[in-house]
Amino acid sequence: MSAITELEPSTHSLNIDPRPLVLQAKGLVKRYGQVTALDGADFELRAGEIMAVIGDNGAGKSSLIKALSGAISPDSGEILLDGQPVVLKSPIDARRAGIETVYQDLAVAPAMTIAENLFLGREIRRNDVLGQWFGALDKRKMLEDSIAYMQELKIGIRSMSQAVETLSGGQRQGVAVARAAAFARHVVIMDEPTAALGVKEGNMVLELIRNVRDRGLPVVLISHNMPHVFEIADRIHVARLGRRAAILNPKAITMSDAVAVMTGAMKPADIPPHWLAQ
Amino acid sequence: MPSWKDQMPSLGTLGPLIALVLACGFFALQSEQFLTGANFSLILQQVMVVGLIAIGQTLIILTAGIDLSCGMVMALGGVVMTKMAHDHGLHPIVAISIGFAVTAGFGLINGLLVTRIKLPSFIVTLGTMNIAFALTQLYSQSQTITDLPAGMTLLGNTFAIGQTQVAYGTVVMLAMYALSWLWLRDTATGRHIYAVGNNPEATRLTGIATHKVLLLVYVLAGLCYGLAALLSVARTGVGDPNAGQTENLDAITAVVLGGTSLFGGRGMIIGSLIGALIVGVFRNGLTLMGVSSVYQILITGILVILAVATDQLSRKGGR
Repeated sequence: MSAITELEPSTHSLNIDPRPLVLQAKGLVKRYGQVTALDGADFELRAGEIMAVIGDNGAGKSSLIKALSGAISPDSGEILLDGQPVVLKSPIDARRAGIETVYQDLAVAPAMTIAENLFLGREIRRNDVLGQWFGALDKRKMLEDSIAYMQELKIGIRSMSQAVETLSGGQRQGVAVARAAAFARHVVIMDEPTAALGVKEGNMVLELIRNVRDRGLPVVLISHNMPHVFEIADRIHVARLGRRAAILNPKAITMSDAVAVMTGAMKPADIPPHWLAQ
Repeated sequence: MPSWKDQMPSLGTLGPLIALVLACGFFALQSEQFLTGANFSLILQQVMVVGLIAIGQTLIILTAGIDLSCGMVMALGGVVMTKMAHDHGLHPIVAISIGFAVTAGFGLINGLLVTRIKLPSFIVTLGTMNIAFALTQLYSQSQTITDLPAGMTLLGNTFAIGQTQVAYGTVVMLAMYALSWLWLRDTATGRHIYAVGNNPEATRLTGIATHKVLLLVYVLAGLCYGLAALLSVARTGVGDPNAGQTENLDAITAVVLGGTSLFGGRGMIIGSLIGALIVGVFRNGLTLMGVSSVYQILITGILVILAVATDQLSRKGGR
């Protein structure tokens, strides 16, 4: 496969990769008055990969992610999930479709327990009269499942009944990631998951993201942190001027190469073919 | 690292109970009449109206809101239900239902203004407080409504436990606390109320319809004020257009004393009952000691500031 890439770099946009496309966007346009945030942006995510999304401020990176996670509706263009067109009018729609998003600002309810946070909005009812008639919750089952989710992702927190505010920043992000991973059927989107964290905690979350991918969920990772991107991304989507400038192969390039594409110092047409990812 | 501290109820939970027990101990030493069944039954009757309003107020404060209109809405509900029964000769059940509809309607208006127009609850309810007060005075022409059918005041009747006469209304209040405690603790909607108060944006992003949760909370609070109006009518035997004026802030006091955070998302409904009892015990005990009512108000004010300061300091310490 790599031989094909090197011989025919222009085919990188054709669907010759055997891994199925899980999430795709074609020609997304989003305007806010005079400002064009997305100007025909494309996107693709294949099964089992971590696709990093990088771009300068105003490159359309966050609009793209918002469109994929349902936070904004594009004016035109389409989004395909497992090859089927989907319309995501709200984050709730995206969630129903199987796309979970982890937001950068540690989106948890601090005074509530880990188990409650993991199951927030998806609580399990008791399977008896109390549950069916009065909506009583099955707290024991949720506690047990929480332990299982956290162990699966190798997050070392012992008590699921402690309040999230007693955790460190990295552990809190761990809770948010575990929640997304537990309920996502197709895709997990992570918006700057390490931005609020220190070095050690950031590495912990990176490890977590790898675990999520290795469990079989493809990940879209939005990050400003180049070392983090290069450490875990399988491919790098570069957003520029409301479009996709390129999909780069992090193993073939340096960080300054990526920055050159990102800032426009390297024009998309001039990008050496071997920089491009499959 | 989970430690014994995670398992223990925080100071915010236990503090109010300790304060209540200490206050009872103090007044028991000061007055022989204090520690009697009859006196406790009286305290419960004195706090039942505030206690019920405080349930609705707790729900709203848990969502990081506040309801300044609670007592005035209750007064309006009381006047409406008594006038319906007295002036129009409606069956008590119908009259009471209309009163409930009015208080729930005010809750709905508060909720819609908070969720749709995104006004701060403080301002919204400051407005509806005045509106409810004015409507109460206009509708009743500032006249107390008397000569009520017996059905209106049933909950003011008492039954005997041993030597002590207990009002049905107090049982209603206690039952409402038990119900709302279980509901908040053990149902998804109950937990969502906490989540909305804790982090509304995160809650919305999990797919919970936070506006519906808020709207439900304001309407349920309105229904609590309706029930409080019924208890107030039952206790006094009249429809009083000037009811609810002390209860308005006493209910907020009870919630805050009970350890529910004004910042939302933290607290227990049972705490509000304890808070209402603390206010009631202080009023009752100081009266038995012959202390002027002005000092009772003074002490209530000091208690509130202490409670809010404790909340603020414990939050800082928690981080």
